[in-house]
Amino acid sequence: MSEVATHDDHHDHVPSGIGRWLFSTNHKDIGTMYLIFSLVMLFLGGASAMVMRMELFFPGLQIVDPDTFNNLVTNHALIMVFGVVMPAAAGMANWMIPIMIGAPDMALPRLNNLSFWLLPMAGIMLILSMVVSYLPGTGGQVNTGWTLYPPLSVQAGMGMDFVIFTIHILGISSILAAINIVTTIVNMRAPGMTWFKLPLFVWSWFFTGLLLIMIMPVLAGGVTMLLFDRHFGTAFFDAAGGGDPVLFQHLFWFFGHPEVYVLLLPSIGVLGLVIPTFSRKPLFAYKPLVWFMAMLTALGMVVWAHHQYTIGMSLGVTTYFMIGTILISIPVGMMLMSFIFTMWRGSMTFETPMLFGIAIILMFSFAGVTGVMLAVVPADLQYHDSYFVVAHFHYALIPGALFGLYAGVFYWLPKWTGHMYDEKLGKIFFWWTTIGFNVTFFPQHFSGLAGMPRRIVDYSPQFAEFNFISSVGAMAFGLSHLLFLYIIIKTIRGGEKAPDNPWEGSQIGTVGLEWNLPSPPPFHSFTTPPTIK
Amino acid sequence: MQKKQKTPLLLAGMGVGMFAFGFALVPLYNLVCSVAGINGIATASNQAFISASTVDYSRKVTVEFDSTLNAGLPWKIEKPANKLKVHPGETHNISYRATNMSDKAIEVQAVPGITPWQATEYFKKTQCFCFDTQTLAPGESREMNIQFIVDPDIPQQYKTITLSYTFMNTDRSNT
Repeated sequence: MSEVATHDDHHDHVPSGIGRWLFSTNHKDIGTMYLIFSLVMLFLGGASAMVMRMELFFPGLQIVDPDTFNNLVTNHALIMVFGVVMPAAAGMANWMIPIMIGAPDMALPRLNNLSFWLLPMAGIMLILSMVVSYLPGTGGQVNTGWTLYPPLSVQAGMGMDFVIFTIHILGISSILAAINIVTTIVNMRAPGMTWFKLPLFVWSWFFTGLLLIMIMPVLAGGVTMLLFDRHFGTAFFDAAGGGDPVLFQHLFWFFGHPEVYVLLLPSIGVLGLVIPTFSRKPLFAYKPLVWFMAMLTALGMVVWAHHQYTIGMSLGVTTYFMIGTILISIPVGMMLMSFIFTMWRGSMTFETPMLFGIAIILMFSFAGVTGVMLAVVPADLQYHDSYFVVAHFHYALIPGALFGLYAGVFYWLPKWTGHMYDEKLGKIFFWWTTIGFNVTFFPQHFSGLAGMPRRIVDYSPQFAEFNFISSVGAMAFGLSHLLFLYIIIKTIRGGEKAPDNPWEGSQIGTVGLEWNLPSPPPFHSFTTPPTIK
Repeated sequence: MQKKQKTPLLLAGMGVGMFAFGFALVPLYNLVCSVAGINGIATASNQAFISASTVDYSRKVTVEFDSTLNAGLPWKIEKPANKLKVHPGETHNISYRATNMSDKAIEVQAVPGITPWQATEYFKKTQCFCFDTQTLAPGESREMNIQFIVDPDIPQQYKTITLSYTFMNTDRSNT
């Protein structure tokens, strides 16, 4: 197959100069741009987190004023969710899905170019939203947090309008990307690549894409109403005009909860490749796992109000959302079981992607346990808006989304660059970042249970020790990413030549066609469709 | 049309549909609230409630009255008596006196709230100045009426109910 894929290498036309990137319709180049963009945003979002943790080192106000702190909270979340995790996952989808399923490119290559180039524009708008409030006559900062709840968001200054348009642009970008990816998966599979031969990563993006198409427009609608309330005298969320601020919460979380699965699923997909590869066993219960993903997608759409237990919903409604939320632990638990049974009696080796894989299973399960605690209404009324929630969702999103992407980066770096990464540095990075992460967020469970509220610039001295430990951990966690950057640059610049298939176990189970191509793959691959036996 | 063109169009249609759904949630939300009687939205059935219910003389519920002026509203509100002890099932009339202290006519919407919120469904307002906006001319003063009835089905544990109004200026350019 490798011959079929690469026979026309010598008349591969690679455009040169800046135009190669600006006008690119090549899925590999666009994938690379997505990944670089998210890496840049990772440092920006990380820097805002570092400023917050520095401020929280000791009780009292030291570095930033409260409004700036709250604006940092908003930006940290928006950058990490929309600027880092989603583009990185979309970049991997762009790079890998066509060469996994044997397609020459994405189904809609020009649309692909548009959906990437909207992102840097949105990124600039997002940065402006923070900068603009320091100019005279522009009103206050965007001090709402990423949930943008009215009435505070209706009163915020001009920065809020920048955030609203940022969300519009990001929304369009991810809807277009999702349409493109789902269409590619439906229409562009090589002959013989049937649905249940697809690698798990492709399946995970199929569901992620569907989720994105269903939820992003609702958020866009919600922030549009917010914009109208701010400037055009409507009263969607204004009680004085007959509206209701709680309505925005419903619109936001109708998007916001499935969004968690948008962030999680691609990483589950990466795990579905990494765990079998380094266990040298096929993925345990592959087909049920796909159905559990479908179940997660469906259930995830109908449990949003568990973020709003304290707004005064009736007992019946609250009970429904509680039971629905607890039900979600079934598909998620099944996925983790499936990975554990894949490792069971496998010939495991512990390369960097596998280390991340195992750490994800451990730490994400932990987030699952605190998640069930938060799902239970009487308990949640105590934990609501405390640091316990902060600890919970960082345990869910950092291992569940970010570490999954790191596993993917290390797993595919040899394929992308043609060079092996430095395994020793990779392992140092893994231990450094994992320990840093746990030192940062584990104490936050305790400060939360002791009653420390979230999104707050100053705190009672009784929380000083926990916050000090948390901040020390955060500095270590943040610094570890400089090593991550160094490893990536070093791998791009050189290193041991990577073979077509650098991982011994990557051909076991439901595998894609990416390992049949050389590393790095030619600019145009699978121009004639391969056939799968 | 080819199958290959159908897929992206179908998906795009889904996106447009969900955008519309987001806006459809606005009337849907209000509909659900009024049908279920939650969120303090009055229902037509409240009026019929008066004749249907019998008074429970065996116990009394304390109703407390409260009011808040939303940021910068230049009105003065005089509450009725701080609290009233009522038998569940009795119809009561009370009034708030509002005075416009500014030199401009101001249109105000009062937004009611019940504490504890679980008691909201048992506190029935059959007439309320909060059902409509209220406009006072400069310096004008007016009694604003409420007629309410506490549902005899109210569980024993709710011995005190607080009725609180937030008075909001409908013209937001002033605030």
